Amino acid sequence: MAVEVRLPTVLRTYAGGAPVVTLDGATVGEVLGKLVAEYPGMAGQVVQADGSLHKFVNIYLDDDDVRYLDGVDTPVPDGAEMSILPAVAGG
Amino acid sequence: MEMIGHCLGGLPDEACGLLVGSYGGEEADQIFPTKNAAASALIYEIDPKEMLAVDRQAQASGSDIMGVFHSHTHTDAYPSPTDVAQAQDPGWHYVLVSLRDTHPVVRSYAIVDGVITEEPVVVPGLGEEPGDEGPGDGGQALGEPRVGEPGHSR
Repeated sequence: MAVEVRLPTVLRTYAGGAPVVTLDGATVGEVLGKLVAEYPGMAGQVVQADGSLHKFVNIYLDDDDVRYLDGVDTPVPDGAEMSILPAVAGG
Repeated sequence: MEMIGHCLGGLPDEACGLLVGSYGGEEADQIFPTKNAAASALIYEIDPKEMLAVDRQAQASGSDIMGVFHSHTHTDAYPSPTDVAQAQDPGWHYVLVSLRDTHPVVRSYAIVDGVITEEPVVVPGLGEEPGDEGPGDGGQALGEPRVGEPGHSR
């Protein structure tokens, strides 16, 4: 399943500056696994060592936050758009 | 001005929003006030759904999110330890609006690997800052030509 993955500015540097990359994967976790395999600099920045989503990142599949779906197990429909966004917060 | 108005309107909670323009550039083309999803006087969190919408709109117009602003209701316009710990993007501008005193104070910082560097701020309508700003000199207070508070006590 081909999916377009929109990268936040902070991660683009690891992908040669590309704002969007196209990857395959049946689930969110598979796509993110491919992302890190392709761009190793992103290791540990999106997915944690145990495979769960990093808490400082929000992942949207089209308009839905995958944390409110099935997280990394959420199926990815062909042609979907995945957006990786930093969780922007502070005190 | 819109930014300061949004911060005042958010009281007693902290208010926040996003800056859109050229990533790594000095000037924001647009300000997008957002909800504080944390709804707190002590912390802020940009509403993720609003961030997605702003991000899409920015990219569609050939821009990017290039910074974030938020208010401090009772402390200086200086990044708190929480702000520093959660600052992810070395290319962003982290703008602080302090509402502690009568006149809001606006300051901007780069936060790279936990190191805070103040940047000069120009608020449209308030005139330009003299060049070559040192730390502690870059803030602007609404309604006064210029107020720089030396020192960064929290």
